[in-house]
Amino acid sequence: MSIAEFRTASVARGGLLYMRAVPDVGLGERVLVRDHANRTRNGQVIRTGPDVVLIQVFEGTDDLDLERTWVRFLDTPFQMPLAPTVLGRVFNGVGAPADQRPPLVSALKRDVNGAPVNPAARAYPKEFIQTGLSAIDGLNSLVRGQKLPVFSSSGLPHNRLVAQLVRQARLPGDDSGFAVVFAAMGISHSDARFFRESFDDSGVLRNLVMFVNLADDPPIERLILPRTALTVAEYLAFDLDLHVLVVMTDMTNYAEALREVATAKGDVPSRKGYPGYLYSDLAEIYERAGRIRDRHGSITMVPVLSMPSDDITHPIPDLTGYITEGQIVLGRELHHKGIYPPINVPPSLSRLMKDGIGADFTREDHAQVATQLYASYARALDIRNLASIIGAEELSQIDRQYLAFAEAFEQRFVGQGEDEDRSIVETLTLGWDTLSMLPKSELTRISEKDLARYHNGHEQDSAA
Amino acid sequence: MGEVLEINGPIVSIRLPSVLNGEQVRLGRLSLIGEVIAREGDQALVQVYESTEGMAPGERVEALGHPLSVELGPGLLGQIVDGVQRPLHALQAESGDYMARGIQVPALDRDTLWPFLPSETLAPGDTLTGGQILGTVQETPSILHRILVPPGFEGELLELAPPGNYRLEQAVGRARTRDGNTVKLYLYQRWPVRVPRPYGKRNDAARPLMTGQRILDTFFPLLKGGKGSVPGPFGAGKTILQHQIARWSNADIVIYVGCGERGNELVDILDSFPRLTDPYSKRPLMERTLLVANTSNMPVVAREASIYVGVTIAEYYRDQGYDVVMVADSTSRWAEALREVSGRLGQMPVEEGYPAYLASRIAAFYERAGRVETLAGNTGSVTLIGAVSPPGGDFSEPVTSHTKENVQVFWALSKELADARHYPAVDWNESFSGYVTEAARWWAQEVDADWEAARSKAMALLAEDRELSRIVNLVGPEALSSAQRWTLQAATLIREGLLQQNALDPVDSFCSPQKQYALLALMLEIHREGTRLLARGVPVQRLLAMPLLAQALRLKHTYSSDQLAELLEFGNEIRGALAPLHSEYGHSAEDPP
Ligand SMILES: Nc1ncnc2c1ncn2[C@@H]1O[C@H](COP(=O)(O)OP(=O)(O)O)[C@@H](O)[C@H]1O
Ligand SMILES: [Mg+2]
Repeated sequence: MSIAEFRTASVARGGLLYMRAVPDVGLGERVLVRDHANRTRNGQVIRTGPDVVLIQVFEGTDDLDLERTWVRFLDTPFQMPLAPTVLGRVFNGVGAPADQRPPLVSALKRDVNGAPVNPAARAYPKEFIQTGLSAIDGLNSLVRGQKLPVFSSSGLPHNRLVAQLVRQARLPGDDSGFAVVFAAMGISHSDARFFRESFDDSGVLRNLVMFVNLADDPPIERLILPRTALTVAEYLAFDLDLHVLVVMTDMTNYAEALREVATAKGDVPSRKGYPGYLYSDLAEIYERAGRIRDRHGSITMVPVLSMPSDDITHPIPDLTGYITEGQIVLGRELHHKGIYPPINVPPSLSRLMKDGIGADFTREDHAQVATQLYASYARALDIRNLASIIGAEELSQIDRQYLAFAEAFEQRFVGQGEDEDRSIVETLTLGWDTLSMLPKSELTRISEKDLARYHNGHEQDSAA
Repeated sequence: MGEVLEINGPIVSIRLPSVLNGEQVRLGRLSLIGEVIAREGDQALVQVYESTEGMAPGERVEALGHPLSVELGPGLLGQIVDGVQRPLHALQAESGDYMARGIQVPALDRDTLWPFLPSETLAPGDTLTGGQILGTVQETPSILHRILVPPGFEGELLELAPPGNYRLEQAVGRARTRDGNTVKLYLYQRWPVRVPRPYGKRNDAARPLMTGQRILDTFFPLLKGGKGSVPGPFGAGKTILQHQIARWSNADIVIYVGCGERGNELVDILDSFPRLTDPYSKRPLMERTLLVANTSNMPVVAREASIYVGVTIAEYYRDQGYDVVMVADSTSRWAEALREVSGRLGQMPVEEGYPAYLASRIAAFYERAGRVETLAGNTGSVTLIGAVSPPGGDFSEPVTSHTKENVQVFWALSKELADARHYPAVDWNESFSGYVTEAARWWAQEVDADWEAARSKAMALLAEDRELSRIVNLVGPEALSSAQRWTLQAATLIREGLLQQNALDPVDSFCSPQKQYALLALMLEIHREGTRLLARGVPVQRLLAMPLLAQALRLKHTYSSDQLAELLEFGNEIRGALAPLHSEYGHSAEDPP
């Protein structure tokens, strides 16, 4: 059956191809579609029955002439060949080479859809990754095996932030670094070039695998690209024992491709035209991050998405936030103030921070410093808001101290250079410097012991 | 035997004459299990609990003759099972770290020997009825498993096994049914998950479920056998709150259903519960806990089933006379699974894609909560607590609003509080409890006669705080009187010194009812004493500058629930700190107000 070609296409619309009278086709089966110009497109069966077989065509269905469209069913799911030589390669979404080199051949192939990890087989991610960025390390720490997305918006420097993170990320006291899997979905040529150069500069190229679908590449290919990329990431992490950092950008383009196909299929929409299964679909991708008990490697995932109209309640950031283990949110206001990285602290969160910091990984005061900075900054933002209504001169002494604290926190703690790689101790010291602008009586989230030790630079005094 | 006709994701249409609605079927080469959800002529629609990838039309289908059921017996506790009760540790041993398809492993281990003690009051010839206790098995050091006659059975006991160790497949009794058949009785039974298990009658005279969380127990109490929900946007603290309830509540049994949420959140429980001890029984928490796990990346149909699997097991322990708490994180994912299946069936959506039967399904689920007199004449309860994950944090969406209509306790989580790291982010303006009167009776009896008055006073301070803050935001703090500024300070004491509770702090994580009341009373005492001083002309600035206030905010994480006496000492410090002001303003502290 894998030999026969069928010429029974009845409808081609929105990336979907409907075939009549093809017997015994399996769901998810890979197909090759040959068009009138003898070009081959890749497809996958997404519904199958005796009357109609529905195929999703990754290169799209534009200008298919149904009379001259031949479809071959390969009797296998979509698979990615896997070998150590995958490192250093560039592929498109379906795993075909995009670097003018021959295709990867290997006896080992895996279904790109993967399979869910047995929850009982997971190991809880705990090991603190130092990114050198204070707003992340100090307040929203990333740990090995976590999925921590960046919520951004058009015009904000998420690319620079992610490039810096890839450049600097390491475990304190461990230089082995990460293998990087980079999955680009619908990004511009110039963004792709930026990443390539930045990976080149940071010397990760040999440990890098790229999957690239650019803004002018077929959108439906974006649906399979993260799956192909994660199949490789799983292989690197759990077969080759590497610590893998997966960067996926831009998940908004992924979700839009999903909506396009869902609409063409006539699926019932839930919010803003996105299908109800967007949550489960995104979860199939994001939950592939993690650690597995008794296996050495790990998959740490940093998806990037842009929030349409800066709206965090839009289905794409919303459903992502419901699945991932926190989020780093970029804010336009800080960006306008010239602060880099413009990480908007209050809505940012790392859910796995609690077990990855403290005496075992960073320092015993870390958790309290982080909570106190959050609480004091929230208070300071309220006061800033009040000051904008009643005028700063009406404020009490302590309220003015809070305003000064907020400025210092944004400029000196959150803000830093694009090449500035702060150690966690430097970050915590900066945290204490800013907190020390407030009197001790305001810092009730911190134990009296730590206050005595660190407030107003006492640690340095006693060390001297 | 029948055949697969069409495959559309998890929905498969089949030709299989005389299969029943709700019946389980086995499909195809991979032997996937599914459930019939609609029939027409000799065709039927099946929802499949595992991924149908690779399945092709023409594959064979076989009816299994029973609906989706769970196995109920010793060996449930301490386990983690998937949405259709397959034991995950055993599956891992069988098929590795990833979920393989088509693998059937019995939920309860068949090799374990259980120490059975027959009931002393039963003898051959006695009449047996469903729900009656045949004997007991020490399931875990803290839980005595009562072996029940399956509900619906009626007949005569012929033989009951002597004390000894038995495997699940070894009969521990024989009985004759009404119509003369002889049947064997085992340590376990099966029950179809979509049918509530029977009980004697409802008994609503309940006691509060103490969760060790101040804002829940003191402000929005839940009862054993009650229905509660935790709605909130992502990151607001639904999961941590449910973990806290699973950890610290004074229930006998906890069923935690991870429904369409993160894998690592279950690992967190699996790792931490064996090391944590129940503050009441002093035994490891895992001994009383069962996890049902269908994470967000696992098949969506089994997600729908997981809620029913959980509640059926909860009812089974209730029927043994236990107080059971089931937390479900998140019921929104269950509702979304319903939506997905209904969408694939082409049913007419009514709101946001949800089918018309969403409201009745939610209502029927929460109806399975309750405190009952069991068939054996004991009392037991099932408390249901469901997280709700509204899209965009919008509480007017269908799942949140239908849930709100069906629960008595609504712990509304707020993004603003969470963003300021005020946890639990339970919004005291939006939350409600319909059980305050019942809870007050218990508090008055067990803790302090003044509980209800103190609670009302604190609530009033919070309401005033909201009003005054609104004024401040319009015209600035200078517009407030001294008394009003003192009220704001008192509200801060309540908010930060009492309501806020750090789940990650070993001292603060659990708070006994006595400590809860002591903290409440101390905060109110500061307010009351300060108000007296203001009346005597003490400037409010003097009061606001007292170091006492920052100390009061640290009490909760300074003294554990076992250090009540030390905590109460703080009352003396309050009086000591205020005494100089009293003498300075010409009165002794002992004066009547
Ligand atoms: N009671 C609490 N004490 C301390 N931290 C909390 C508490 N509740 C929530 N958090 C913090 O908030 C994060 C998100 O909470 P979580 O319960 O996972 O939110 P949700 O389930 O609503 O998305 C946690 O990872 C933790 O850091
Ligand atoms: Mg949660």
